[in-house]
Amino acid sequence: MNNNDEIKAKNTRLVRKLLFIVIAMFGFGYALVPIYDVFCDLTGINGKTNTSAADETVYEIDKSREITIEFITSLNESAPILFESKLKKLKVHPGQYYTVNFYAENKTNQPMLARAIPSISPGLTAEYFIKTECFCFLEQTFKAKEGKMMPLRFVIDPELPDRYKTITLAYTFFDNTEASVKNKR
Amino acid sequence: MSAVASEHEHTDDHHDHGPAKGWMRWIVTTNHKDIGSMYLIFALIMFFVGGTMALIIRAELFEPGMQFVEPQFFNSMTTMHALVMVFGAVMPAFVGFANWMIPMMIGAPDMALPRMNNMSFWMLVAGILMLASTLFMEGGAPASGWTLYPPLVLQTGDALPFAVFSVHLLGISSIMGAINIIATILNMRAPKMSLMQMPLFVWTWLITGFLLIAIMPVFAGAVTMLLTDRFFETSFFDAAGGGDPVLYQHIFWFFGHPEVYVMILPTFGIASTIIPVFARKPLFGYSSMVYATASIAFLSFIVWAHHMFTVGMPISGELFFMYATMIIAVPTGVKIFNWTATMWKGAMTFEAPMLFSIAFVVLFTLGGFTGLMMSIAPVDFQYHDTYFIVAHFHYTLVPASVFILMAGGYFWIPKWTGKMYDERLARLHFWLSAISVNILFFPQHFLGLAGMPRRIPDYATQFSDWNMVSSIGAFIFGFSQLMFVYIVIKTIKGKDCADATDEVWEDAAKHGLEWTLPSPVPYHTFATPPEKIPTEHF
Repeated sequence: MNNNDEIKAKNTRLVRKLLFIVIAMFGFGYALVPIYDVFCDLTGINGKTNTSAADETVYEIDKSREITIEFITSLNESAPILFESKLKKLKVHPGQYYTVNFYAENKTNQPMLARAIPSISPGLTAEYFIKTECFCFLEQTFKAKEGKMMPLRFVIDPELPDRYKTITLAYTFFDNTEASVKNKR
Repeated sequence: MSAVASEHEHTDDHHDHGPAKGWMRWIVTTNHKDIGSMYLIFALIMFFVGGTMALIIRAELFEPGMQFVEPQFFNSMTTMHALVMVFGAVMPAFVGFANWMIPMMIGAPDMALPRMNNMSFWMLVAGILMLASTLFMEGGAPASGWTLYPPLVLQTGDALPFAVFSVHLLGISSIMGAINIIATILNMRAPKMSLMQMPLFVWTWLITGFLLIAIMPVFAGAVTMLLTDRFFETSFFDAAGGGDPVLYQHIFWFFGHPEVYVMILPTFGIASTIIPVFARKPLFGYSSMVYATASIAFLSFIVWAHHMFTVGMPISGELFFMYATMIIAVPTGVKIFNWTATMWKGAMTFEAPMLFSIAFVVLFTLGGFTGLMMSIAPVDFQYHDTYFIVAHFHYTLVPASVFILMAGGYFWIPKWTGKMYDERLARLHFWLSAISVNILFFPQHFLGLAGMPRRIPDYATQFSDWNMVSSIGAFIFGFSQLMFVYIVIKTIKGKDCADATDEVWEDAAKHGLEWTLPSPVPYHTFATPPEKIPTEHF
């Protein structure tokens, strides 16, 4: 019957369209990864501080305000690293540059590749916390048992809204020595 | 009334032969009724597999302290219970109903793509078997919850790739099923049936089909990213490499929220089919039902982050997802109103399908209200990851989806087998289920509000009493479901069962084409499309 062929042809056309949606949505799932980055960059809501050194611009120092910066250090999956901040707290004026030191030590007898990942709270202050130098920009190499002083130089943008009095900066050290460690787990 | 369409005319390529002989019939069948039965039986078996896992969880939680299982295995049980129930029981059960009923409801001879239909069923079996095999692997089955959040899920032992591939298989299976259903509905309808004359079960499945093809590929992508993060050194979700674990939650819930509607929209469809028959009235507000279903489906795509209010979203995000979520209560409220209005002043009788449907309307409303409570972002911080959310989604899944699946089973089994089920036993099954399901889940609201976290095998002693009550309810509920199996088997065997008439239910033929066919329904139906569509009741 002609009718049957007609329905078959209609089905084929429809299935093609639907399969196209399926493939497009699979792609969309992957596209969400960059979309989120772009969206968060544009809106400044991702709570991530800058990941490469910013230029050292001169700001007008706002002596009238004092912001408390807290430094927290932690380790991922009990990585064999000694990691601490020399300062736990620092009162700063917006617009003025400060350098603080962190200390990290490889506790193993092997060389180590490790990376510190920052996190800032409240997240919306991230765009006002500007780092001109940070050990977190690059992966760090440690010789066996080596300990290092690692500097962080930063400034608080004087544009920071008045409601923020305290900013907490947390670093987590990840042991990346063997990316293949993941496979062996 | 019971004109047999297949006897009208002798078409050249369709001799009216019955099913093939022997067991190979079930392997190679392309008949929508056979495949529908296989889906339904498979779903019922998985319902008991998943239910057994739930009883292991409830047995462990009967008393504080560790009794029966290791914490790791307990977490595997919560994970596998959810995955088996979602992908093995509820979704396949609705696909089973779709296979059986959609062609009969729209006057089509079969599904549009019968061979693909067979393939999607056997892929489902393969996927579930692969998922079940992870229970016996080094390191145990996934124990991260069904959401499979990294970084925890990346610590799964050998099971991780198998779990990921089983999700792929299940995804392909449901995508094929969805494509088939959409093609059947759009291309195979009786020429006289317009879209706005379709029964609501068909409508809800059309919309669900589109949801499925939109979200399953995203989930497949998310688990593939987990796989490459673990084995191929990508860093989608690995903070050490510049990734972000919260990203996974965004992608997962972009799939996950529409997914919960995949399990509830066909529920709405079956309820809208059953209630008018036993209220002996047309469905109130047919077109508003269709539009409400479509709006719920649309809204489901823009509310996902209400599952993650506590991850530290900016306030603008919290507010957007909070208001968007609250809006869903409007179309859902329209539906509840319509079902109630359908029953209003109806000449109601209370056979088992109607009892289950009424319980669904009441208890689903309750589950909806707790959902509304949790949509309020500031208070969600208290409810998040407690037993309150467990109580909420079980109210929307068990006395809603599962009850309606039971209702649908009782409603259509006389049409399928030609025999009436045992009404007295079915009503007993209903009352046992309806009472025990509340003993089981209602106390979990109190536990959650008091702060008991979910997915933990032990708890502080102040939670003991309600946990014990909940566990007792769980065991009564679990064992009551064996009655359903007994009733179904008894009906299929047909001894001591009354013969069903063609209409089965009084005046049912006014409500749907399937009731114009003889009971038991012949192997091939509607070889030529029906002349008359019962439109007055849509």
